[in-house]
Amino acid sequence: MASAFFWRWPVRFKAELMNAPEMRRALYRIAHEIVEANKGTEGLALVGIHTRGIPLAHRIARFIAEFEGKEVPVGVLDITLYRDDLTEIGYRPQVRETRIPFDLTGKAIVLVDDVLYTGRTARAALDALIDLGRPRRIYLAVLVDRGHRELPIRADFVGKNVPTSRSEVVKVKVEEVDGEDRVELWEREGA
Amino acid sequence: MRHLLDFQGWSRTEVESLLDTARVMREVLERPIKKVPALQGFTVATVFFEPSTRTRISFELAARRMSADVVSFAAQTSSLQKGESYKDTLLTLEAMGVDAYVIRADSAGVPHQATRWVKGAVINGGDGRRAHPTQALLDAYTLLEALGTLEGKKVAIVGDILHSRVARSGAELLSLLGAQVFCAGPPSLLPQSLPGAHLTPRLEEALEEADAVMVLRLQKERMEAGLVHLEDYVARYQVTEKRLALAKPQAPLLHPGPMNRDVELEGTLADSARSLVNRQVQNGVAVRMAVLYHLLVGREKA
Repeated sequence: MASAFFWRWPVRFKAELMNAPEMRRALYRIAHEIVEANKGTEGLALVGIHTRGIPLAHRIARFIAEFEGKEVPVGVLDITLYRDDLTEIGYRPQVRETRIPFDLTGKAIVLVDDVLYTGRTARAALDALIDLGRPRRIYLAVLVDRGHRELPIRADFVGKNVPTSRSEVVKVKVEEVDGEDRVELWEREGA
Repeated sequence: MRHLLDFQGWSRTEVESLLDTARVMREVLERPIKKVPALQGFTVATVFFEPSTRTRISFELAARRMSADVVSFAAQTSSLQKGESYKDTLLTLEAMGVDAYVIRADSAGVPHQATRWVKGAVINGGDGRRAHPTQALLDAYTLLEALGTLEGKKVAIVGDILHSRVARSGAELLSLLGAQVFCAGPPSLLPQSLPGAHLTPRLEEALEEADAVMVLRLQKERMEAGLVHLEDYVARYQVTEKRLALAKPQAPLLHPGPMNRDVELEGTLADSARSLVNRQVQNGVAVRMAVLYHLLVGREKA
């Protein structure tokens, strides 16, 4: 079950799913779709989920600033304290900072994450966000939707839909964290 | 770590990771809803064989802010049967499904013994003169907030060092984090040695160029026992504005509370901008939330 949030098995590289230009185009499109859905940037704010959702949210905000000439605020959300697997034995995830430098109440919030899989991270993020204020509406934007939902959750904005098997791992690499932009598919060994 | 008894066996990295978690908890306490669901389904018992309202409330609030269930046991036990009643009390709580025990006792070593009696996590809430690790953690956290780092910083601890578990745990932890700890007090209230600290009967030596000053409470019992006279103590060891001038400018002032104004500390200093006493109390809840998170998450449930 731990795979909902992290993985700790040995893995074997299988394929590249997106390269740097493809990632840039997908994020650019998502930025446009967000502004289109919100009918402008009024009341719009982005919240990146640790770890890789944060640089992705900043990039989307930069694209919006480029083509709309408007700054959209970006916050940072850690969902660790809202996870549903904290009573599992033998694992204690590191808690990281949450920093929302604006009032959520009345805003249209776009949660940004790298991969949508079981939906458990998104569920935790929704609970965390609602404890911090009362947004007018919450959207979900992800770079990759790999399927296998365990909860009734869907993304509003998707960079790429990738059919996967449960024994596979999708690794999103971003320049700010990993030194390169690339999405990879790996296979779990002995899974 | 499975328990928090003192800092023996704790690495600097483990302590720093715990203090990082405390920083997140501090932010949780500033939210409109000061509560997270992290410890849902866990039960924390505060077991106080020696009364202490402040520490107990701080722990209970910390557990509740993490959504744990809390039960509270306060006892006055007859000295004859203490050993047995400590154990019986804890075994009764264990049978009810408690995951963590916060234990305060007037005799040293009770929390250590408790780890052999119960399966849950044991947190030392202060045992005799031995240790008070969460006080040390909140002091370290408060100092880190004020100073940025403890590496190479000089911290003066002033007062009744001999009977103080706050001084003992403070010296242990602050030195682990790289601070130079100087403990000053009257010769009758200084121990032979204190791991992690340099001991001196000269207040000036401790205060000189200090980056921070921690003042301890002078307990009435010590005066009643003839170990120290109030007038002598005030004359030679009270931390006053004038004496504090020896320390670095704006060196912060800490006190574990409750304070005897104009005994260990000049009254006006207690309310001055240098005093971090209120901050210590607030940080105490955050640090205890972090301790509960570190000890309970990943552990087998009761």
